[in-house]
Amino acid sequence: MKPAPFEYAAPRELDEALDLLAEHGDEARVLAGGQSLVRMMNARQVSPAVVIDINRVPGLDTLGLFGDNGSSTLRLGATVRQRTSELSGEVAAYAPLLAEAGAQVAHAPVRARGTVVGSVAFADPSAELPTALLALDGLVKVRSRAAERTVAADDFFTGPFRTSLAPDEMVVAVDVPAAPGRTGSAFVELTRRHGDLPVCGAAAVVGVGDDGRVSHVRVALCGADERPIRVPAVEAAVLGADGPAAFTEAAAVAADGTNPIPSCHGSADFRRHLARVLTARALRTAFARAASPKETTDA
Amino acid sequence: MPDKVRVRITVNGTRHDLLVEPRTLLADLLRNDLALAGTHLGCEQGVCGACTVIVDDTATRSCLVFAAQLDGSSVRTVESLAAADGTLHPIQRAFTQEHGLQCGFCTPGMLMGACELLERVPEPDREDVEEALGGNLCRCTGYQNIVRSVRTAGRIMADEQSEVRA
Repeated sequence: MKPAPFEYAAPRELDEALDLLAEHGDEARVLAGGQSLVRMMNARQVSPAVVIDINRVPGLDTLGLFGDNGSSTLRLGATVRQRTSELSGEVAAYAPLLAEAGAQVAHAPVRARGTVVGSVAFADPSAELPTALLALDGLVKVRSRAAERTVAADDFFTGPFRTSLAPDEMVVAVDVPAAPGRTGSAFVELTRRHGDLPVCGAAAVVGVGDDGRVSHVRVALCGADERPIRVPAVEAAVLGADGPAAFTEAAAVAADGTNPIPSCHGSADFRRHLARVLTARALRTAFARAASPKETTDA
Repeated sequence: MPDKVRVRITVNGTRHDLLVEPRTLLADLLRNDLALAGTHLGCEQGVCGACTVIVDDTATRSCLVFAAQLDGSSVRTVESLAAADGTLHPIQRAFTQEHGLQCGFCTPGMLMGACELLERVPEPDREDVEEALGGNLCRCTGYQNIVRSVRTAGRIMADEQSEVRA
C-alpha cells in the first residue's frame, strides 16, 4: 500500500516547526527518522494531513555532555540517529545502558535513520529505548510555540503509543544524568528473531557503595505492561543487597501488579515469567559491572 | 492534491531535478520515475530489506524514506554496481561464484547492504556480515552462501586493489 496524500513541510528553524504544529495540531505528524511513521503511513494506519520533517532544523542533532547545577547531563537532540548514539563515545562513557539497549533495536540500516527521541515519542510499550530512558531517570524536553517544559520519563509514558505530549508539542531532546562512579547497568531482552521487538526486556541500573552494597537501583521493563514501567517493589527489595543471591529473590515480585498485553508473541503469563527472569538477569549483570566495570557478560 | 515538492537528487552519478508528490517513496521514485527497477519492493514496511539502497553512503530502506526528504542527497542503487560494458562488480561476481542467490528477489538489497559494509569494513568477518545483513530476508539460500559471498567479495576486492598497486 501507499501513503495517503499529505502536505510536506521541511522547516529550517525550530520556531517554524512549532508554528506548523500549533496550526495543524493532531492533523500533523513530526518526521525525524521515519522508521515507524513511514511504515505506519504506508499501511495507512496513520494518514496525517501534514508531515513536518525536522531533519533540516539546526541544533536538533546535539549529542553531548553539559553541566547543569553542578552535575553532568548527557543530551540527545531529536534528530540524533540511534546508530550515532549506539556508537558514540560519550554515550558509552556516561550512559552505557542507552548504547546497550540501542544496539538491540531492529537492524543497522533502520538504526542508521531511526532516532532515539523518535522511539521515545512513539512510546511503543515493547520498545527498548523508552525503557532504557526510564531506568536512567531520564528527562524529556518538550517544546510548543507557547511554552517549554521538562517531563520526567516516569510521567511521560501514559499508555500504549501514548504520552503526555499535547498535539501542539514536540520532543526536542532527551536528557540523561551522567552515571556516577561505581554504577553498572544492563539491558537484556527476549526476541523471537534477531532484530524483532522484544517480547519482554529488562533494564537495570545498579550503584554500589563503598561497603559493597547496592546504594541505588532503578529497574524498568518493556513488554510487561501497557507502557514501559518501573518496578519499585524490586528496587526496594534490592536496595542494600550485597551480592547476586538477593537478586533472584527480589526479581520474583517483578511481575506483581503488571498488566501485560497478550499477543501471538507471548501470553500475559509468559510475559510475567519473562519479567521475573530478565529482571534477575539484568540485576546480576548490572551489579557485576558496577563491581568490576570491565564485566560484560551475564554473571 | 497537495503541492508537489522539488527534489534535486543524484542517482548513480546522474543529477535529477524533479517535482514529486510528497507521498512518493524513494523506492517508487527509483522504480517508477527513473525506471530503475533493480530495486525490489518486498514488504513496504522495512522488514524484508529487499529495497535497500545506499543514501549518502548509508544503507537505507528505500520504502521508509520519502523522496521529498532527499533534496541534495546522493543515492546508489544496484544498477550502479556493474560497469557500463556489463562487467560485473566483484560483489556480483562473488554472489555468482558462491551461489549467493537463487530466485534473486532479495539480491539487490543484499548487494547494496554488502556494498556499504565493504566500504566500511573491507574484509569483514562472519559477525560483521550478520550485523550488516541480518535485516535482509532471503527465502531461498539459507543465508550461508550469502555470508560466504560477501566475504569472498571482500577478498576479491582486496586482491584487485593490491594488483592495481603492484
